[in-house]
Formats: sequence, structure tokens, C-alpha cells
Amino acid sequence: MEVSLAWQWFHRLGSPRWFYQKTGAWLPWLALASMVLLTVGTAWGLGFAPQDAKQGNSYRIIYIHVPAAFLALAGYYIMAISGAIGLIWKMKLSFAVMRAAAPIGAVLTFVALFTGAIWGKPTWGTYWVWDARITSMLILLFLYIGVIALGRAFSREQAADKACALLALVGTVNIPIIYKSVDWWYSLHQPATIKLTQASSIHPSMFYPLLTMVIGFYCLYAWTLIAHTRILVLQREWRTQWVREALEAGK
Amino acid sequence: MPSVEVPLLSGRNAPGFGALLKTELLLALRKRADIANPLLFFVTVLALLPLGVGPEPELLARMAPGIIWVMALLATLLSQESLFRGDFEDGTLEQMTLSPQPLYFAVLAKSAVHWLVTGLPLALLSPLLGLMLNLPAAGYLCLFVSLLLGSASLSLMGAVGAALTVALRRPGLLLALIVMPLYAPVLIFGTGAVQAAIDGYAYGAQLAILAALLAAAAALAPLAAAGAIRISTDS
Repeated sequence: MEVSLAWQWFHRLGSPRWFYQKTGAWLPWLALASMVLLTVGTAWGLGFAPQDAKQGNSYRIIYIHVPAAFLALAGYYIMAISGAIGLIWKMKLSFAVMRAAAPIGAVLTFVALFTGAIWGKPTWGTYWVWDARITSMLILLFLYIGVIALGRAFSREQAADKACALLALVGTVNIPIIYKSVDWWYSLHQPATIKLTQASSIHPSMFYPLLTMVIGFYCLYAWTLIAHTRILVLQREWRTQWVREALEAGK
Repeated sequence: MPSVEVPLLSGRNAPGFGALLKTELLLALRKRADIANPLLFFVTVLALLPLGVGPEPELLARMAPGIIWVMALLATLLSQESLFRGDFEDGTLEQMTLSPQPLYFAVLAKSAVHWLVTGLPLALLSPLLGLMLNLPAAGYLCLFVSLLLGSASLSLMGAVGAALTVALRRPGLLLALIVMPLYAPVLIFGTGAVQAAIDGYAYGAQLAILAALLAAAAALAPLAAAGAIRISTDS
């Protein structure tokens, strides 16, 4: 009984119409939550959290860098899993989520790399270092760009969806291998001049604003992902009756 | 145009593999220019390199393993685009998806032939290029073996990209974009092995990892490529 209910829910979630009508009400709340959390987190992190003993004020960029890097990686898995669901259960909505997640993830990866470079200048004395994590993030950015470019290259939307899903899955299998190999490569080439000040634990007064920012970024991610998916759903379903009705009603 | 015949039974464990391997090899050997081009590219770019960075033997020796590997990677990639192109255009690829033999072995056979006509000659040519770039003597054997193992993985992984982009009109740069990130581990362990050999360390571990990557690629890449072929021929 419960299983069949879960399946019913799953299939209903797969309907673009149901998704469009349900999520409209969520958007303002997600927007509000992300705005409040990000404002509070930024003010707290930049203004009130204590200075770092070694890095002074420059460490404060982690309040953007770390959440962006978290979601850049999580976003790839969200993209790949929704692609897999689309391939396995032939679910239209799932493909729309995958296509919507790709540019958002790419932007977040870029933000993580960019803030990392800004942070690197005062800390390491250089904008770019071929550090294992930086290099892995760069490859992740290329994987995202590959998925976006492949999706744009097809003229038929259905073929593009399936091809992107397959590429995202191939990337998922490769991400751990790439990460491990880059890690190994870096430990061989590690330059002696760079010392990462690796604090094993972060002080609560710095951690709580960071946590606020991470949750804020998750809300922001959900908000942009749903909003982007809704646009894609409208574009893909524009011939149907319910889209016309929704557009006429101005929702 | 030569017709590709896929016999019904040629092996119990790998149906269609042997026959397709023979056919593809024959086709490849009849178009010798296609075999020569990646090799010529490989040699030409390597000849340009000292013109760019200077002819100092020490500098070239330091860069040799990395440069030879990157060039081998590019040469493999350039020839990858045409892997399924002809078969897609004349409809053979679609027939393969309909044939009773699993597509997996067809992709495996095509990748194997691709490796035989690009990766293997590249590996055979590599000692000559090592000589030109002043590669230390300790690195030759390792360079050859690592290219032998690594280029096979490159052929297999590239097949996925080639299958994904075969239905597109001009896939060249897109293919490079989607396949390059996947090549990173092979490049890292390939050059790592050669560097270790030059420095006088044991390099068996790196070669073992390259072989492991090859085993994983041989098991998984044809599956992904077969899926991609079905998507491409469907559209």
C-alpha cells in the first residue's frame, strides 16, 4: 500500500504540469529564506566573526567560497541523478531538471574558482596554483561546460536530453578517478613554498555564520533550480492546453 | 562502398567481435592516409616545439615526457572524430544497432582497430621522438609501455565522445571539449610513470594503474558508447 502510494507520488512528480502548478507557491518562500539567510550570514561573517589568527580578514571569503564549492559538486550529482532518472523512467520533468542544473552548477564552480583565486593572492601570494583541489574544480568546470555545449549542439530536444544525461553519468563515474589521480599528481609535484594553514577544526564563532551561508546557498540553489526548470517546462510544453491557461491567467 | 557483413556466429563469448575486427582493420588499411595523418601531426607539432621554447637539451629533456604524452593525446583525439562517422552516414551504424550481436562488441572492435592504427604506431614512434627531445635513456621503455597501455584507454573513452557527437554536423571541437576532462587520469599516470623512470624510481605502480584504467575503460566505455549510439541513431 505504502509502496504504491510512493510510486503514485513519484509519477505525479514526473508530470511537468503538476510540478509547475505546485512549485509556484514554493518560490516566494525559498526566495525569502535564501535572501534572509544570505544577508544574515554575510553580515555576520564579514562584520562580526572574529579575525583569523594567521590570515587576518582575508579568510572571510570562505563565507562565499566554501558554500559555492559544496554546491558545485553536489550540483553535478543532482544533475547526473536527474539525468539517470530521466533515462531509466523516461521522465520528461527529470530531463528538464538536469538541463536546468547544468548552467547553475557551472556558475557555482566558476564562483568557487574565482573566489579561491582572490583568496589565494593574499594567502599564497599568487592567484593561481596547480593545487589538487583547484585543478579538480577546473576539470569539474570543463565537465559542466561539456554537458551544456552538448545540449546546445543538438537540434532535437529529446536527443539532447538523453545525450546530456549519458555524458553526465560518464562524468559521474570519472569524477572520483579524476579527483584521486589529481590528488596523487599534486602530492608528487607539491611545491615547498606553499603552506596551507589547515586548521583541523573551525571555531564556533566562525562556523555558525558559515553554516548560515551554506544553508542560504542551498536555498538559493533550490530557488534558481526550480525557477529555471519552470521556464524550461513552459518552453517544452508550450503547445499544451494547461500552459496556455496558466499564461493567460498570468501565473 | 564496401559493405560490412556481420556474420551471425563467429564466437560464443564475443559474438561479432572477430568478424568486425577483421572488416574494420581491412577498411583502415585501405585508407592509409587516415593512418598516417595523426602520426604526421604528432611528429610535426613535436618538431615545432623546440622552435617555440628553445633548443636547450636540458629544457627539452625535462619537458619531453609531458609533451610526448600531450601530443599523443591530441593525435588520438583528432582521429577519433571519424570513428563512427562513415558508418553513421551510410546507415551501417543503424544496422549494427538492429543486429542480433550486442553493440558492446561492435564498439569494442572499432575501438580496438582505432588503437591498432593510431595508439600502437604512436607508441612505436615514441622512442624516435624521445631521441629528438633528448629524453634520458632510462625513460624509453617506460614511455613505450605507458603509451601502449594509455592510448588504448584513450581510444575507448574517446569512442563514447565520438558516439555522442556522431549525429552532429561539426563535432570536432565539441568532441574535444567533452572528452578532454576524461583523459586527465591517463595523462597524469602516463607522464608520472615516465618521470619516475627517468628519476630512477620504480614505475610499476603507475603502469599497473594505467592497466587498471584500461580494464575499467574496456568494461564500461563500450557500454556507454553503445548507449550513445542508440541515442544518436534514434535522432
